[in-house]
Amino acid sequence: MSLWEYANPKKFMDWTAPVLPWVAGSAALCLSVGLIWGFFFTPDDFRQGSTVKIIYLHVPAALMAINAWLMMLVASLIWLVRRHHVSALAAKAAAPVGITMTLIALATGALWGSPIWGTYWEWDPRLTSFLILFLFYLGYMALWSAIEDPDTAADLTSILCLVGSIFAILSRYAAQFWSQGLHQGASLSLDKEKNVSDVFWQPLVITMIGFGLLFLALVLLRTRTEIRMRRIKALHARARRA
Amino acid sequence: MPDLGTYAFEILMSYGISLGLLGALICVSILQSKRVKAALQQVENNG
Repeated sequence: MSLWEYANPKKFMDWTAPVLPWVAGSAALCLSVGLIWGFFFTPDDFRQGSTVKIIYLHVPAALMAINAWLMMLVASLIWLVRRHHVSALAAKAAAPVGITMTLIALATGALWGSPIWGTYWEWDPRLTSFLILFLFYLGYMALWSAIEDPDTAADLTSILCLVGSIFAILSRYAAQFWSQGLHQGASLSLDKEKNVSDVFWQPLVITMIGFGLLFLALVLLRTRTEIRMRRIKALHARARRA
Repeated sequence: MPDLGTYAFEILMSYGISLGLLGALICVSILQSKRVKAALQQVENNG
């Protein structure tokens, strides 16, 4: 069986129904363990004090904000090339999840920046590119709701997604591209010397997995809703023609 | 409750805002899913 058959709306509904509760349950478990461990059972950082506890929200949310857009990019490309409706609907379903993650990353970043940098906001390359990514999410969602014909909406939002991908990538690598600004480089590294201490790393990894699973669960749930909404429209259109 | 010292406001606000936003997103997604599922069932039954 071809992989593309799973993108058939009927097949998609069939295989996601039993998978969804497991993904959602695993997300809840990972988030509970990671956040409780990080908040209650990790020490203060020698430089940042207790503010290090914000890392368990800020880093996973920022990671998912960027990856959500990249997932939308892949789904949009599939729509543009192969015209699979489920991929366009999955991209549409991911946008509200991605914008929420972006908002969390911006809010927690500002709250973390206040005691550490002495300011809530700075026009730093990474912060600015993240703000532009947030605006792209807003524009993407607005474009979906502004166009009545779903195929035209999928075409135009896919193009917008391609353009916005530049800022998704910039958000990730801005601190490396321009070695200036307040924001530090990546907190996580395969190089043990550069990586955060194990005591913070372990709950952080669990929280990141939790955010990833939560994103997946919400995208599956919302895509299923979009498919049902499309079906309702099709049935109404058929009734009108009859 | 751990001693958050002088940064308690920033930390608690971060957790409050994040969990609030995630909770709202989850609730809206579930409610919308239930509403659309019921609507589809009604349309299919009528048609």
